[in-house]
Amino acid sequence: MDGIVIIGAGECGTRAAFALREAAYSGSVTLVGAEPHLPYERPPLSKPVDGAVQMKPICAAEALEAAGIDYLPGLSASKLYADAGTVTLSDGRVLSYEKLLLATGARPRRIACVGAELALDFRTHADAKMVFSRAEVGKRVAIIGGGLIGMELAAALRGKGIAVSIVEAAPKPLGRAVPERFAATLHAKHLDEGVHFHLGQGVAEITDNAVVLADGSEVPADVVVAAIGVLPDIALAEAAGLATGNGVLTDGFLRTSAPDVFAAGDCAAVAQPGGGHVRFESWRNARTQAETAARNMAGANDPFTAIHWFWSDQYDLGLQVAGLPQPAHQSVLRSLGGGELEFYLDDGRLVAAAGLGIGNSLAKEIKLAEMLIAAGVSPDPVALADPGLNLKTLLKSARAA
Amino acid sequence: MSWISACKLDDIEQEGAIRFDHNGRTYAIYRGPDDSVYCTAGLCTHEAIHLADGLVMDFEVECPKHSGAFDYRTGEALRLPACENLKTYPAEVVDGEVRVALG
Repeated sequence: MDGIVIIGAGECGTRAAFALREAAYSGSVTLVGAEPHLPYERPPLSKPVDGAVQMKPICAAEALEAAGIDYLPGLSASKLYADAGTVTLSDGRVLSYEKLLLATGARPRRIACVGAELALDFRTHADAKMVFSRAEVGKRVAIIGGGLIGMELAAALRGKGIAVSIVEAAPKPLGRAVPERFAATLHAKHLDEGVHFHLGQGVAEITDNAVVLADGSEVPADVVVAAIGVLPDIALAEAAGLATGNGVLTDGFLRTSAPDVFAAGDCAAVAQPGGGHVRFESWRNARTQAETAARNMAGANDPFTAIHWFWSDQYDLGLQVAGLPQPAHQSVLRSLGGGELEFYLDDGRLVAAAGLGIGNSLAKEIKLAEMLIAAGVSPDPVALADPGLNLKTLLKSARAA
Repeated sequence: MSWISACKLDDIEQEGAIRFDHNGRTYAIYRGPDDSVYCTAGLCTHEAIHLADGLVMDFEVECPKHSGAFDYRTGEALRLPACENLKTYPAEVVDGEVRVALG
């Protein structure tokens, strides 16, 4: 059999399936997903509506059918034979492929301590249903991990009036992905909203009614959620002998070390122009890598060059980050009515921007910043700091130059 | 068709949009680069996000969350994940005032 097989039916795998058709690929497309439902969006999982966890399909069954995508739910790949060009699924069937995409995603990192089995994960629809069904008003929830997922979940639970504690091993929450200024603002917001923080604390044990910290103190908890990051799902690739590291290693075109096998999304660690491999965990990245991989599987030769971008909604605040801000960058602050923007310059060149404000009020500025980054501008820091300078004007003059 | 007064033209930035709420519904009113005005349903057809928070470039508005895009003159969905067109409503400028017909 010819055709393209996609392993993983999350945002990335599903987007890739449709993008193959958009790239005019006419062979068979098989999308294999481990979960029983139609492919669904994960971002809404931490935002229940009227108490119910949302199940928002990425596409209708009819759309899959209309695009000629053969969707196989409830199945995973158990063995990849890259030399033979076949993959064996969990029900024993063997699919041969012309090209294969690994979009296996990532899975929550499990905490290692006594009582770890009592900690709930927060990744899938089933996980979200479990957490929100057990976290009722009057219950106390402890979230281990003060990263984006932990903080978003804390905000959702506080919105329901549930007592929340966050236990974080680092001295501050959100230290990994969020620029320091905005991490501090969000931390303060959570404190205002009544979240209890236990920072710089490891976990010694989880019991039926508490999280015991490394210093012996106890955080009372009826429900414990572990949100300490994810690990890329690379077992299939590893067993098949593909090059792996912090993800399935790919070149700049999303090709793995095995012929005709591509990887994209949360599971892929992509070679960078400056050396090394980087793996991203975001909704937009899952989609943009899917699109590049699909085009390349259909015969194109496009490097993956998209600027990384993500958002996080906590309470009434919306954070958006474009590019990869680094502490070594020169940061330029612009204060606006509804919030703050920060631009990051590397040797004068704009390489990243972040904004935190009410709702999506800064989204258009971040979008403009993203286009300015792509345009390769080196703007005057004084002008960047001035809210009177319209970024759209700056972009137009950069494009005209 | 009954016209209602929504705002002043000067309330909207050129190549910009504002949110307009009326009778419990939400709309977006746009001012094009040529000062023409348009009105569409206020929420993205992909997820309930206010489009007036999105970036307007030429005659395109981009959803501030998922980057779906629409031609706000016709409501046509131009870019995924938006695939359903936006409803549009007549809009006009009379003596510096923007009027829309939402009926």
